[in-house]
This record gives sequence, C-alpha cells and structure tokens, in this order.
Amino acid sequence: MIPLSWYLILSATLFSIGLFAVLARRHAIAILMGIELMLNAVNINLLAFWHYWSQIKGVPQVSGMVFAAMIFVLAAAETAVALALIISAYRRHHTVVVDEMTLLKG
Amino acid sequence: MAVFWQDPITFLRLWLENLLLSWGVPADWALVIRFAVGAVLLVTAALLLVILQLWLERKLIGRIQDRLGPNRVGPWGLLQPIADVLKIFTKEHITPAGADRIPFNLAPVLSVAAALMVWAVIPFSATVFGADLNVGILYLLAVGALGELAIILAGWGSNNKYALLGALRTVAQLISYSVPMTLSALVPVMFSGSLHLSVITRAQEVWFIVLAPVPALIFLTASVAEVGRAPFDLPEAESELVAGYSVEYSGLKFGFFYVAEFLKAFTVSLIFAVLFLGGWRGPGAESYPVLGFVYLMLKSGIVYLLMILFRGTLPRFRIDQVMDLNWKVLTPLALILLMVIALADYFLRGTLPLVRILGLLCINGLAYLVLDRVLSSRERLRRRLVAQPVRPVARPENLITSSDVGGRS
Amino acid sequence: MSALQWVFLVTALITVSAAVMMVASRRMMHAALWLAVALLGVAVVFVTLEASFFAVVQLLVYIGSILIIIVFAIMLTQRSTEAGPRLNPFAWGAAGVAGVVWAALTYIFIRWLMSGTPLQELGASFDDVVPLGKALVDAEGFAVPFEVASVLLLAALIGAVYIAFERRGEGS
Repeated sequence: MIPLSWYLILSATLFSIGLFAVLARRHAIAILMGIELMLNAVNINLLAFWHYWSQIKGVPQVSGMVFAAMIFVLAAAETAVALALIISAYRRHHTVVVDEMTLLKG
Repeated sequence: MAVFWQDPITFLRLWLENLLLSWGVPADWALVIRFAVGAVLLVTAALLLVILQLWLERKLIGRIQDRLGPNRVGPWGLLQPIADVLKIFTKEHITPAGADRIPFNLAPVLSVAAALMVWAVIPFSATVFGADLNVGILYLLAVGALGELAIILAGWGSNNKYALLGALRTVAQLISYSVPMTLSALVPVMFSGSLHLSVITRAQEVWFIVLAPVPALIFLTASVAEVGRAPFDLPEAESELVAGYSVEYSGLKFGFFYVAEFLKAFTVSLIFAVLFLGGWRGPGAESYPVLGFVYLMLKSGIVYLLMILFRGTLPRFRIDQVMDLNWKVLTPLALILLMVIALADYFLRGTLPLVRILGLLCINGLAYLVLDRVLSSRERLRRRLVAQPVRPVARPENLITSSDVGGRS
Repeated sequence: MSALQWVFLVTALITVSAAVMMVASRRMMHAALWLAVALLGVAVVFVTLEASFFAVVQLLVYIGSILIIIVFAIMLTQRSTEAGPRLNPFAWGAAGVAGVVWAALTYIFIRWLMSGTPLQELGASFDDVVPLGKALVDAEGFAVPFEVASVLLLAALIGAVYIAFERRGEGS
C-alpha cells in the first residue's frame, strides 16, 4: 500500500524539473521535452487520484481514466505541431535556439 | 494439486511457492522471486531455441538454393550454431572513433530485450503464462516500440553515415508497417471482445484464420516487415547500405543483433499462432496443458517455416515498393476489412456457426478479388507507360498477380 | 516496507534522476535518451497504480511515437545544437521559480494527510478497460470530448503537415 502523498510528491518533483527545463533551456526541443515531462507529471497526478478515488468509492471510476486519455491525445497533437514548427523555423533561420529567434525585435 | 506429467510447469511453480513459504519468505517477496525465476527460465529457453532456429534456417535455405548447408560440425551440422557462437565470443570488440558510447553499447542489449519482453504475455498453455495482462495485444505493440528505440540508438551511436541511414530507413519501415499490423490485430480483438491474450485464445472455437483469412495474411506480411526479414530486409541490405544500423558492430555485440533478429522472427510467428491459429488450443489441451504447449510450438513452427520459405524464394523489395505496398495496399485494405467484418459479424453473430463462417469467408474472398482487380489494373497502367521488351523478371508483385512477367497473363 | 513500496521508491528515484540528467545534458540526443528512461519510469509508476492500460499506452504513445519523432527532429536540426551555452541568462530565476513551486507543493502534500478514509482493494476489476471504452462512445458520458479530441488530432495532423511542408522558392 503506497500512500497517495508519495505519488503527489513524485509528480511535483517531475513537474518542477520540467518547469525548469522550459524556463531555462535555450534549445527549442529541450523546451518541448520539458513540456512532455510536465504533462507526464500531470498524468501521474490524475491517475493517482483516480486510483484512490475508485478505492474510496469501491467501484472503478471512469472519469479519471478519460482525463488521462485526453492528456495523451493532447501530448501527441502538441508534439507533432511543435516539432513541425521547430523544423520550419530551423529551415528559415538555421537555428533552433529560442534566444536567437529575434525577428520581431527589429 | 496438479499431477506432474499433466502440467509440469504449474507443478513446479506450486512446489517453489510452497518451498519459499515454508522458508518463511513473506508472500509478496515470494511472488517477486517466483517471477524472477520464471523470467530467467523463459529467457534461457528462448535463447536456446535460437540456436536450433539458426541451424534450421541455414539448412533449409541451403536446400532451397541447392546447397547442402552446414554439414561439418556434429550430425547433419547440428552443432554448427554452437561453433559459431563460440567463435563470436572470442572476437574483438571494436568501438568506432567518435562513437557515442552509451547508446552504442546499450542498443544490442535493448534489441534482444525488446524481443524477449514479448514472451512475458504469451499464453503458452491453459495454465502457463508469464503475466496474464489485461491489455496483452497493446503490450505486444508497445514492446515493438522499444525495438525501434534500440535501432535508433544503434544508428546514432555508431557515428557512421550508413548506420544512420539504415536506422532511419528501418524505423520508417517499422512505424509504417505497425499501422496495418495494428488494424488487422484488431480483428481478433473484435471477434473475442477482449484485449486479453488468454481470452482471445479461448474464444477460438473456430480459428480466427478461418473467419478472417485476409486480415491474417495482412498481419503476417506486416509482421514479416516488422522483423525486417527478406523480402523486407532493406534495413540490412548488404548491397545497398553495407549492413544498415549494425555495420559498426563486431563480435558479441553483432551477435546480439543477430540473435535478436532470429528471436523476433520466432516471436512474431508465436504471436500469429496465438492471434489467428488458436494458440494452445487443440484436442486434449484443456485437461493436459503440456499438450497445449506442444500445439503452440508446432503452430508457430509452421508459421516460421513459412517465413523461411518467403526468405528463400522472394527477391528484395525496393524502398518505394515497400512504402507503396504498405500505404496503398495493406493499410486501406485492413481499414476497409475491419469495418466490413465488424458489420458482417454484427449481423451474423446470432445465426448458425456454419453460416457465420461461410458469410465471413465470402466477404474475405470478395475483398481479395477486389484487391486483385485493383492491383492488376494498376499494373496494366504502368506497363503501358513504359515501353520495353517483356522479359521474365522476378518481381515482388507477382505474388498477388498471376503471370511471371507481372500483370495478368 | 512491502515489495510494492520498494518498487515505487526505486522507480521514483530512477525517474527523477533521469529527468535531472535530461535537463542537465548538453547533447540533445542524450537528453532524449534520458527522457526515454524517465518516461519508462512513469510507465512503471502507472503499473503500481494498477492502470496497466495507461502504462502500455504510455509505452506506445510516448516512447513509440513522441520520443521517436523528437529523435528525428534532433537528427534533422543537428547542425545548430552543439554550440553555445545550454542555459539562458534567466536560468537562476528559473531555478528559483521551479524550486519555490516544488517546495510549496511538497510542503502541502506532506502536511496533508489522508486521514481515516477507508480504502477497498478492488483487485482485478480495476484493470478493466471496457468501462473506459463504453464511456468514451456513450452520449451520456464522454462522447463529445472524444470527438473533439479526434478533431484536434486531425487538425494537428493537417497543421503539422502544412507547417513543415517545404514551399518552392523558400529556405535554402
């Protein structure tokens, strides 16, 4: 029997690491990986709550599962579009470093 | 209590369980130990099987090509693979300059591991399986992804253009072919109403290959492509890419890839046997689970022989033909068949079993005829465009159309 | 401690250290490999939650497709990745923000005890994916979100193809 708080702390840790990657890395794909990590942390949370809520209710609850499935769909869609954007930007500016994409600064 | 000669593995499992409990091991740790022992035994058996497979394949391919095959070491050359393994043990490990060490060394291990992980969920008999996983089919497909990862690691880590090209090509092929493979694997899921491999096996009073021969054919083709065997062996086409992603590997590391290739080939025949050939089902398999194991091995052995036959008789596809076959033939056909079979089965489910079988067979035959017609009309179109003297060429399309120069005679 | 708790602790340790290595590694390819380890760890965590369906889907979707296209993108954009510092000037601020978020969340979770709610072991019925499948196509349940998700996937597919498509007379 694992306490719920263990899952929540693991999820918080992964979320913070992902947040740091998003805020601090310069490489666009690294930022994307940070976002993936954050989405995974959210999914751990959702499934942990689903697990314990089902155990409290005594019947498997379906809405938590649906939420988690939606997160998977979102992650897949988001990655596809983001990578297309990155490759398109690389083709035009020959860089994937977000600090160097300063076209709007003039 | 099971009797030993009826079901030896369950007998041994119960014996081990009682032994551990009598030593005072806590119940959950006993479970962990039991699973670990089971995994080690299963993996060892699988790897020993590869040795036999190597011999069989070389011997048969030799016969097909009018050679003798291995015949020096041991009776009928039976010990030849062991000699090869010993030789490969003594070879030098070379790490190319500029190689990325961790991926380079991890890739062969991961490649074998991905092939072995599939064995965890196969129901070997009515009572023997590793993990009775609820989502068995999804697991099979997911573990394939680990194999792709291994190939990318090998291609990247080698720091070699040919390796990288080979890896990209392989992964493109694997990703593409997993689409029709998944779609046709959904047909047994639909018939049995479960993702559970044991339930799928138990649901096959009539083997699913009888109910759905064309999806079975698509699944077989796609799985041959998944394991990268001839005629889909472009990933390691010696004449085009040197040896693809395994070009920089030597000694035992190359041996790992080699073993993984053969292991995967047998594994997909195992999966095919479970999904379409009734798994361990057969006369007497319920009461004597040992027989179920024998049946399963015989069935997958037959599928494996079929794959050797493919390898010995079909020429290699070009990369564009590989992609053509997948996206223009197999995927649409699998999609359409999935929908049609779902509808037909919904209406035929209430009727007599014989009517259901015949109805589904008719639909499959119809689908096959339509496919044949479409393919041959495309073939005629192509041949009108290219003006050249007709000469007998062995072409991969000849499998489906009837004449040996392509198209209809 | 039970075997399950040990499994969880070891997995959590591996996952978190893989995530840290992912952020810290200079070569993008290594970062992607560390991400693979972290994703595998999360899959094992799902197994400890008795959500075997999601563990397998995690392997299939994250490792099988997302990670592989990330690796493809890394290979395609390889020329610009090796030079320059890997963190931007704001890194200390970012570390501060992430640290504060982590500390606050962990503080809340440690303080917040699950007191006294009786839990029932559900056993095998937990794993069943049939209710999920039925709920996703049930008009009373989640049919609309399901359809919206499929439209989203289609839009993402078309959008990605459109964006990445190389038009004539553009780029190099």
